[in-house]
This record gives sequence, C-alpha cells and structure tokens, in this order.
Amino acid sequence: MIHIDWILAIAGGWLLLGAASLLVLRATAIVARWIFPLGALLGGALMVVALDAVFCGPEVAQLVIGLPGLPMHLRVDALGAFFLVVIGAGVCGTSLFSAGYFRTEEGTPPGLLSLEYHAFAAAMTLVVLADDAYTFMVMWESMAVSSYLLVTANHRVAAVRRAGYLYLLIAHIGAIALLLCFGILQANTGDYSFANLRAQHLDPAWSSAAFGLAVFGFGAKAGLVPLHVWLPEAHPAAPSPVSALLSAVMLKTAIYGMLRVCLDLLHGGPWWWGMVLLGLGLASALLGVVFSTVQTEMKRLLAYSSIENIGLIVTGIGLALTFHAYGMTALAALALSAALVHVVAHSYFKNLLFLGTGAVLHATGERNLGRLGGLIRTMPWVAWLVLAGVLAGAGLPPFVGFISEWLLLQSFLLTTILPNSFLNMLIPLVAAAIALVVALAGYAMVKFFGVVFLGRPREEKLLQARDAGGWERLGLLWFAGGVIAMGLFPVLLIDLVDPVTRMLVGGGLAPAVHANGWLLLAPSGIERASYGPLVFLGGVGAATLLGLVIARWLFRGRLRRAPAWACGQGPLPVRDQARLQDSAEGFGQPIRQIFEPFFHVDRELPAPTDAHPRYRVEIEDRIWLGAYLPVARLVDALARLVGRLQQGRISIYLLYSFLTLLVMLLVVRL
Amino acid sequence: MNTSGVIAQLLEVALALAGAPLLLGWVDQWRARLQNRKAPPVIQPYHVLRKLFHKESVVADSASPLFRIAPYVKFGCMTLACAIVPTLSSDLPLATAADGIALVGLFALARTFLALAAMDIGTAFGGMGARRDMLIGFLAEPALLMTLFCVSLLTQSTSLANMVETINHRPFALEPSLAFAGIAFTIVSLAENTRIPVDNPATHLELTMIHEAMVLEYSGRHLAMLEWAAALKLFAYSCIGLALFFPWGIAEIDTPLAMVTAVPVLVLKLAVGGVCLALIETISAKMRIFRVPEFLATAFLLAVIGLLVHQLLGA
Repeated sequence: MIHIDWILAIAGGWLLLGAASLLVLRATAIVARWIFPLGALLGGALMVVALDAVFCGPEVAQLVIGLPGLPMHLRVDALGAFFLVVIGAGVCGTSLFSAGYFRTEEGTPPGLLSLEYHAFAAAMTLVVLADDAYTFMVMWESMAVSSYLLVTANHRVAAVRRAGYLYLLIAHIGAIALLLCFGILQANTGDYSFANLRAQHLDPAWSSAAFGLAVFGFGAKAGLVPLHVWLPEAHPAAPSPVSALLSAVMLKTAIYGMLRVCLDLLHGGPWWWGMVLLGLGLASALLGVVFSTVQTEMKRLLAYSSIENIGLIVTGIGLALTFHAYGMTALAALALSAALVHVVAHSYFKNLLFLGTGAVLHATGERNLGRLGGLIRTMPWVAWLVLAGVLAGAGLPPFVGFISEWLLLQSFLLTTILPNSFLNMLIPLVAAAIALVVALAGYAMVKFFGVVFLGRPREEKLLQARDAGGWERLGLLWFAGGVIAMGLFPVLLIDLVDPVTRMLVGGGLAPAVHANGWLLLAPSGIERASYGPLVFLGGVGAATLLGLVIARWLFRGRLRRAPAWACGQGPLPVRDQARLQDSAEGFGQPIRQIFEPFFHVDRELPAPTDAHPRYRVEIEDRIWLGAYLPVARLVDALARLVGRLQQGRISIYLLYSFLTLLVMLLVVRL
Repeated sequence: MNTSGVIAQLLEVALALAGAPLLLGWVDQWRARLQNRKAPPVIQPYHVLRKLFHKESVVADSASPLFRIAPYVKFGCMTLACAIVPTLSSDLPLATAADGIALVGLFALARTFLALAAMDIGTAFGGMGARRDMLIGFLAEPALLMTLFCVSLLTQSTSLANMVETINHRPFALEPSLAFAGIAFTIVSLAENTRIPVDNPATHLELTMIHEAMVLEYSGRHLAMLEWAAALKLFAYSCIGLALFFPWGIAEIDTPLAMVTAVPVLVLKLAVGGVCLALIETISAKMRIFRVPEFLATAFLLAVIGLLVHQLLGA
C-alpha cells in the first residue's frame, strides 16, 4: 500500500504548493526560488516512487471525496507507474528550469501561474491513478482546464486567446467521446469502476464502437490527424516550460488512456483495430514531420514534430494490437516496447528542445527563425545541451531516439509470419514509410538547430544574448543527461518497460535481452539483430580520436583564423553578411517543392521592376482549410440565424412571451 | 571475443584506412581513361592528402568548435563503418555492436554533423550544400534501409555478418528480390557518395555543387580528413554492396589461411566494382537537383518491389 500513499502525498504536495503560491501572488522571486524547486523535488520523488512501483504488484485505494456513495477509486499498476515515471521526470526537469525562467510577468501573475502549473501536474498524476470512469473524467477535465489556463497565460495577445479557445474546444469534443466510450464499456451495469469495465465482455460491434470513441477522444488529446490542428497553435502560445510539459508529458497521458482502454479494459480486439491505429499513426507522423520541416517559427516546428512522434508511438501500438489479435505474444511485446520506449525518449528530448527554445526566447525575445542565428557563440550552454536533444530527435545513434526507432523497425522486419497475407504485403510498406519519417525528422532537426544556433546572427541584438542561468542549465542538464544515459543503457529501459508489456500483452523482452548481458540490445536473439550503443559510442569515439592523432601527426601546416569568404564581395556589414545565408524558408524549400500536395501555399513573389522586392510565402494546412473552416463557417452562419431572434428591444421579447403563452394555451386547449 | 577476431578487426580497419584512397584513385583513373583523357596516377588521392596536410588550415572567424570537430567525427564514423562491414571476415567482434539499421544510423550521424558544420559559418554555400545534402539524405536513407530489409527478409537477420554467412551458405540461385535490391543499392550508393548522376565530386560550379558546397570553407588538415572520410565512405559502401550481393570469398573463421585468401579476392572484387562505377559515371550525365528525388524514389520503389516480390514468391 505504500506506493499509492506516497504518490497521493506528492500530488497533494503539488496542490499545497500551488495554494501557497497564491499567498505570494506577485512575488516573482519567492515563487521562482522556493516554490518551483520544491515542486521539482516532488517531481523527482514521484519518479523514484513510480520507478519502484513499476516492479511491484497493483495497489488500490479509495478516497472518500466526491458524491456520497461514489468514492474515488485509485489504483497504481505497472502501466500507470510507467507513465508516472514519465510525468515525474518531466515535471522535475521543467520545474528546475522554471525556477530560473519566470523572471518577469507575462500576463498572468507568477503566483497564479504557479498554482495552475502545480494543479496541472497533480491532475496528470491523478489521471493515471484513476480507477473508475468518474475519477478519470474529473481529472481529465481538470487537466484540460488547468492546461488551458496555462496556455492562455499571456492572455493579452489575441492570437494566444484564439489558440486557447481552439484547444479547449477540441479537448471538450474529445472528452464527450470519452464519456460515451465509458458509457458503452459499463454495459448497462451502472458500475463505472475500471474493475467492472474490465470484467464486462461486450459483443464485437459494441466493443468496436468503444474502441472508435476511445481513439477519437484520446486522439484529440494526442494530436492525431485530423484532430491535430490545435496542437501547433496552443503549444507555441504557452510559456516555454508549459509548452514543454504539454508536448512532452500531457500528450503521453492520451497514449496512456489509449493503452488503458484498448489493451487493458477491452483486452485487445480484432486485427483491424491495429490497422486503424497504424494508419492514423502513420498519417500523423508523415504530416507532422513534413509540416515541421517548413515552419518558420521555432516552437511551431517543435509542435509539429510532436505530432510526428505521437504518430510513431501510435503506429507501434497499432502494430502491437495487430500482433496481439493473432496471439503473437513475443512480437506484440516487441512492438509495444518500441512504442513505450519512444514515449520516454520523446518526453525527454522534447522537454529539452522546448526548454531550449524558452532560453532562446528569454535571451533574444525572438521566436521567428528568420531573426535568430549564431547563438552557439553567445549561448554555448544552451546550444550544446540542445544539440543532444536534436540528435536524439533525429533518431541518431547512440542517443535514445534511435533505440525506439530500431526496436520499431525490428518489429516490422519480423512480421513476415502473420497469418494474413494482405497484412504481410502491407507491413513492409509501412516500414518504408517509418524510415522516411525518421529521415525527414533528421531534416527538421538540422533545420531547427542550424538556423537557431549556427551561422551568423540575423539581427544585431543577438550578439548581446546572455546564456541561460544556473537553474535553467540544471533543467536542461537533467533532460540532456537522460537523453544520453538512456541511449547508452537501453537494457535499463527495456527493464522498465517489461512489466508493462507483461501486463498488457502477456510477454516481455527482458529475459531475451538479459541473456546477452547489459551491453547489448538483442531482443530476438543475437544472431537476428543486435545493437550495443556503448560499444558503438566507444568505436566512434576511438576512431575520431584516431583521426585527431593522425591529423596531428601528419599535419605540417599551421592554423589561421580569417574572415569567411563572402562570394568575393569584400567586407560586408554584419546584417548583410547574415543575409547571405539560408533563411528558414530557404532551408525548407526542397520539402515544399517535393511535398507540394500536402500544403496550401500562399506565395508573393517580387516582380523584376519592384523598388523594394518582397518575398513572402505562407503555408497553410489543407485539413484546416478544408475540414475545419467550413464547419466553423456553418456554425457561425447558424449562430447568426439564431441571433436574428435577439433584437435587444424589450417589446420584441414581450412579443415572444406573448406568442409562447398563446401557443401554450392552444396546446392545453387541444 | 577471441584474439583472431580482434586481429581480423584491426586488419580490416588498417586495410580500409590505407586502401580507401587507392580505390578512389582507381575509379578516377578509369573514368579518365573511359573519357579519353590522360589518366592521373592511381595514387593521386594520396598526393592530394599529402598536399593538404602540408597546407595551412584556415578557419573562419565565426566558426564554432562544432565546425572544427565535424571532420573528425565524420572520419570516425566512416572508420567505424568500415570496421563493421564484413570485408575480409564475418567473424568480427565489433559487428554485434551495430547491425544494418545502426549502420544506416551511423551514416546519418556523419551526415548530420557535416550538415551542421556547413551551416555553422553562415555563408551562402554552406547552407545551400547542407540543405541539398539533407535532401539527398532523407531520400537515400529509406531506400538504403529498404534494400537492407530486402536482404534481411531472406536471411532473417539484420546483422551484416549473419546476412553474409547466410547468403554464402545458400545454394547459388538467382533471387529476384536480391536483383531489385541490388539495383536500388547501386542507385543509393551513387547518391550517397556524391557520384555523377547526382553530384559531381570534381565540380565547383555553384548551381550543381552539393558535397563540395558543404566543405567549401574547409582547408588544410580539416579538408584532408574530409577527403579521406569520403574515400572511406566509398570503400564502405562498395564493401557493403559486395558483402550483400557477392559475398563469396569472405572468411567466416579467422584462420590465417582464410584471411590470406580473402584479401586478393576483395581486391579483385573492388577493382571490378571500381571499373563499373567509372563506367556508370561516364555514360550518365549529371541531373538537375530536382530530378534527384525522382531518381532516388526509383531506388526506393525498386527496393519495395523487391520486398513485395519476396512476399509474393513466398521464398
């Protein structure tokens, strides 16, 4: 019983911290120096407790809060504890960073922001703990509302309010689907505890309906295509630590819900469920990555990259569901492990990248890629730490992003033995698409890092940018360290994931992996495939050192510093030098050309006679234009129609009352 | 891990480091001959390396440390790639550290570092080269993975050493899926090694440069390391192709005799491969940069067809 009490105490602690920060509403220094570090401490504690809870059996508890006779059921099992680890680690690092981040007020007073932040963290924790549909929905909605308030922290800007509104709207449409889903799951028993939902055996049509609603509801939160439109608006609008939590942690609660409903409450389903998730995941991954490569704003770029990563995770879950449907335990465990490892990997590197953008935003006040550049020289700490996240995000070995990519591709390669020949043909094509997505992610990441941190500063004020302070460095180090350490010791990650896959699909990778020692990752036999990141890094490192030694030994010249070649134009002012290099639009241009059908491009080209030539290109999402705007216009038109009734004159309303009375009398009479 | 394995490993690395420029020189010589030009000596790349090591290294004022370490990282990645690919023997201690997918990741790591270094100076060419190289990279990488998958479906393994051994032990038969994969692999290697239909290693024309644009700011020892790394990359790719599609002659156990016979076989295969490469480069013309995606998409499709053929035939 010990774990669940601790976890509840931590969630309570966060709420207390939030309440305490109301007392020091405008004292930024106290909120930053005391409350956020304490919150980080609680996050670390949550991570430790949850790490232990993953390996222990399920624990249940009841809290007598809420309606009479309806206590809150709570439960922590391997699946929940795994996601608590992600939440704890994420909140810990983000809070450390926030301690240095909130220096000036951005709309909302810092004390209020801290309340919302800690309530958000507690709500995410309780979503994962919930063991009945009531508690789950209450916490799910608290999470949505508190994150809405955080997104709109800078509420004086109209675009931020709009983004928040869109977020709240889609979150609620998703929540309605989830309510209906739980309604189906309880199968007229009236008992909404998860234990009862789990015991129900629905007939196939109803369980498929529940599955569809769950995918819709959780997909809306996770940002699956076509419900992704809020994500690139809301995530950039929030203050950076909040964007980090939204992208890296909150999206994972949707993944948690998907796993909980599909594999735990519904116990898996027919093979086509997996295919639905696979299709949605792949579409999201491809659309997300293609859009992220053409963005010109750094936080939007990262937000689209989150859509891509969620897509990859959902693809893995889809594959696991398919294998599960055919009773192929080992393969289901492999695919699910890939998805779960990617959950951890994405949560770490996306936190790191978003916090990095926060540091850049603070130092320069710029979020537009067209006005950044060259920050590696003025902000070396941020730049080098973010580089670890960039390499992990590009799925490169020996960082953690590569582990999940490798496992995912392995699970695709081993699928030649499915009893369905259609799937056998389909799955290699999916593997090809995954390979394309990962390679494109590398493009987006190079663009992000190259344009922000490398090259020459595109504005003069960037030369005065100050590096991040101590707390911020600590937060970045926390995630960068995780990205590197987990990449080097994947066996530990597999250990963490193993109890979860055992619980959900009845098999795990740990025994197979342990057979080859802790250096080597070989989930399906060393003769089939193996990857040893530590040896890999050692090899690259040794060979690089060898290169350095050879170069020193053979080199007879000397090293000289000189200005770079400016295409024969002689010395140029700083601004013009910067204009020689690729802009963010320019770097995305090949993708724009190749994936033209994905985009709605609005271009303004200069004419040869223009005195002040201007080039402008804007890229819009076709889904937004084609699916959302017409609906929005329809709603607007209907509202206007209804609005005609409202004339604002008392005589008209009296007339309405009179007419109503007349109709009522007639009805009574007849 | 046994001693003979370690010796084979060291021998492979030494052979790659010493022999890679020779392969480049061989290809250049044959290309010149086929184009009716006076051929440079086969050791020309060594002369180039020597010249660069004796020149001064000029580093731009605005260069960050990333710019200076990138050539060594690329060199390190390519050396490791040569160590992983079974060239002489398939019993390599390092081979378990990285399978085919990790090898593709290794190439991607090198590419990413060089692209970042190219953007670091902030000149017009660096960014352009980085963008074009990443473009080719994201098209070539999936195609390369698909060719590896084609072979690995046949061998039920993604470990290169096991692929080689399995193919070596099969009775000789023409596998249609391997044929498709082979063509796809050839196209990918042309693109990845900046060879002619995609890029021209000898050009400095701004509209067509890709790799040369990225390394334009490098000089002296940094450029020497990059040139050497490029030679190593060509060597590694040739050896991957030979190992996957013509694996005969690679030693499976590291007896001295097997190693001794493996070296001439490898040299012979590389010599023939080099002539083929020169022939391809002679008979094809450099294509516009926006035709390259179509070219690489062809490779991708061929590899996918290979996979489907394998599934259909149920091999």
